[in-house]
Amino acid sequence: MTAALRFDPIRLPAECEQLRKEVRAFLAEEIAAGTFDPHKPQREDSDNPEFSKRVGERGWLGMTWPKKYGGHERSFLERYVVTEEMRVANAPVRRFFVADRQSGPVLLKYAPEHIKMDILPRICRGEVCFSIGMSEPNSGSDLFAAKTKATKTNGGWLINGSKIWTTSAHMADYMIAIFRTSPPTKENRRHGLTQFLVNMKKPGITVNPIAQITGQYEFNEVVFTDHFVPDDHMLGEIDSAWKQATSELAYERSGPERFLETYYVLTELVRAVGPKPDTRSAEGIGRLVAQLHTMRRMSVSVAGMLQAGKEPVVEASIVKDIGTIWEQQLPHRVRELAAFVDDSASNHATLDEMLGFAIKTAPKLTIQGGTTEVLRGIIARGLGLR
Amino acid sequence: MTDADNIVAETAERIFADLADAQTINRDKNGSWKAPLWQALTDAGLPLSWVPEECDGSGTSMAEGFSVLSVAGRAGVAVPLAETMLAGWLLAQAQIKSPEGMMTVAPASPRDRLTLNADGTITGRARGVPFATDAKHIAVVASGFGGASIALVDASACRIEAGLGLADDPSDTVHFDTVKPITLQSAPSGFDQNALLLMGALVRSQQIAGALETMLGISVNYSGERVAFEKKISKFQAVQHNLAKLAGETSAALAAASSAADAFSSGAPLDDALFLEAAAAKIRCSEAAEKGAAIAHQVLGAIGFTQEHILHRYTLRALAWRDDFGSESYWAVELGKLVAARGADELWPLVASR
Repeated sequence: MTAALRFDPIRLPAECEQLRKEVRAFLAEEIAAGTFDPHKPQREDSDNPEFSKRVGERGWLGMTWPKKYGGHERSFLERYVVTEEMRVANAPVRRFFVADRQSGPVLLKYAPEHIKMDILPRICRGEVCFSIGMSEPNSGSDLFAAKTKATKTNGGWLINGSKIWTTSAHMADYMIAIFRTSPPTKENRRHGLTQFLVNMKKPGITVNPIAQITGQYEFNEVVFTDHFVPDDHMLGEIDSAWKQATSELAYERSGPERFLETYYVLTELVRAVGPKPDTRSAEGIGRLVAQLHTMRRMSVSVAGMLQAGKEPVVEASIVKDIGTIWEQQLPHRVRELAAFVDDSASNHATLDEMLGFAIKTAPKLTIQGGTTEVLRGIIARGLGLR
Repeated sequence: MTDADNIVAETAERIFADLADAQTINRDKNGSWKAPLWQALTDAGLPLSWVPEECDGSGTSMAEGFSVLSVAGRAGVAVPLAETMLAGWLLAQAQIKSPEGMMTVAPASPRDRLTLNADGTITGRARGVPFATDAKHIAVVASGFGGASIALVDASACRIEAGLGLADDPSDTVHFDTVKPITLQSAPSGFDQNALLLMGALVRSQQIAGALETMLGISVNYSGERVAFEKKISKFQAVQHNLAKLAGETSAALAAASSAADAFSSGAPLDDALFLEAAAAKIRCSEAAEKGAAIAHQVLGAIGFTQEHILHRYTLRALAWRDDFGSESYWAVELGKLVAARGADELWPLVASR
């Protein structure tokens, strides 16, 4: 065998089940109080600072981080449970999701102590929103073609250029971005980019929202004009962002959000077909549930391997590759199965509305956070093909 | 998956490497490799892995037995190791001692049902029974007035119509014309034909996942050797992406099969969540077999389509195994019915139960 793929049969430990009950009870209270409607996934883009703070009060942000930064020193598997329950309920997680999953861990690893002490506790309280500045007008999947420049100045750096497709930039307090600090070298075209922490509330930044085909405004163009970033906001090693960016990927790529984005249409289909489905509906639902179960087992397995200190980079990319394709196809499969559902099904209108939204959402799922093509390149490298 | 921590799987791996090298088997037209292989497996106690010592077996754990099956799947070998293990497991459910030699189980399809008559004989027809022509004994689930029974039957007491599956392994029709079993016991409460089929489905899932691992290995290696348009075909992006997809299907099969095996090994009761594990494993592994085999053949091109090349040993077996103990369509309908009956709001709690 060239490559040994591992998907250990990881089980969520007993303490997760108590936690799951608490999260479900909390979400049920929030739904009852009208904070959000689980049947309206299209509102998931809305900002909800109060909900965010209540999630923080429960101790469900920064769950795996050290207590001295406001974290809770719990396991990745416990965080997994919170993430999947929030996602399945279509809870408004936008304000805190990126900070909790990705930006916080980057700061933990690379930020100076005083910045960690300042920002991490606020993430844990659900007070701050982060965005990630990667893509530029002429550099998307080819991350290391980024041109937005950081020029050394007294006590810091001046940023000029623009980022694009930046999710949540319109509501973000901070951005973690890569900027060019040196030209690439002949030997290493990935050289010369540096990671910075950007305070979005400081001058020299213009955020222009971009409408998406769903009608939502999730992503933005962000223009930097002589925006000043102080020296202590540089994260990690100068010119070496490429080393840092790739090590985070296993965390980013294998979570439950990578296959549950359109899950709601499956629940609604089951509701619409009722307790005694015909053979066609039963088979269709059975296959989809089997595929869903398998995706979740793969994803939990990667979470468990991460918890155990392993680095399942290829396995994580595989989870995202087949998970995002699955969630992209799901609304289309559900549409086919719903074709003969009786118009009198009580949730017929809801299912129709959800399908419309999910089908519009579907194309982005295999693009955001690493396209299918990029992921397959990583998998191919893992197989020893390049 | 390497089973470095599992001495039983290591033993199986060593036996297959020594006595069932794929190239040798593929060239051997008269099957002279079979007897020494079976003898070695028997000497190591592997066919009766799942039979407790008090029933004359090896008393290996369920988990170790499943890992033997994934090794067997990776080896794609045409001996009834999985079938004998399954038969021994079935007999042990009713504390029936396992005899020596090759065994298989019946029924092997949800379409068939065997009847236990009032005089203790068994009547009925079981189709697609793997290796019935090679088996000395058949372990049977038959239903009668008092519920399900488990029986040990002498294969020579049955009328067997020989057949061949996709990979030319025996897939026979077994006629039970008032056959008197050697031993007959009531099945434990709650155990019925469905429980046998689920376990059979799980066994096949392990084997399919193993076969996919080998397909992936063969395909990756070949792509690094074959040159076309003046470069190794592994350097073409289209080929790389196909192989990445094959790795994805292999991973899905491995994850589904090993999760279900683990759930069954833990001794959990056969509730909805355990049913989901087994049914999902068979469904997803079968789907992966279709997609994976197609990619492996595409990567190998014409050479992989020949008898001479070993690829078909794995692709055709994986495709054939889809049909045993309920196809993916059958289990999907059963799973779909279960999900629908539980209701929409009980779907997520089912999926998230482990």
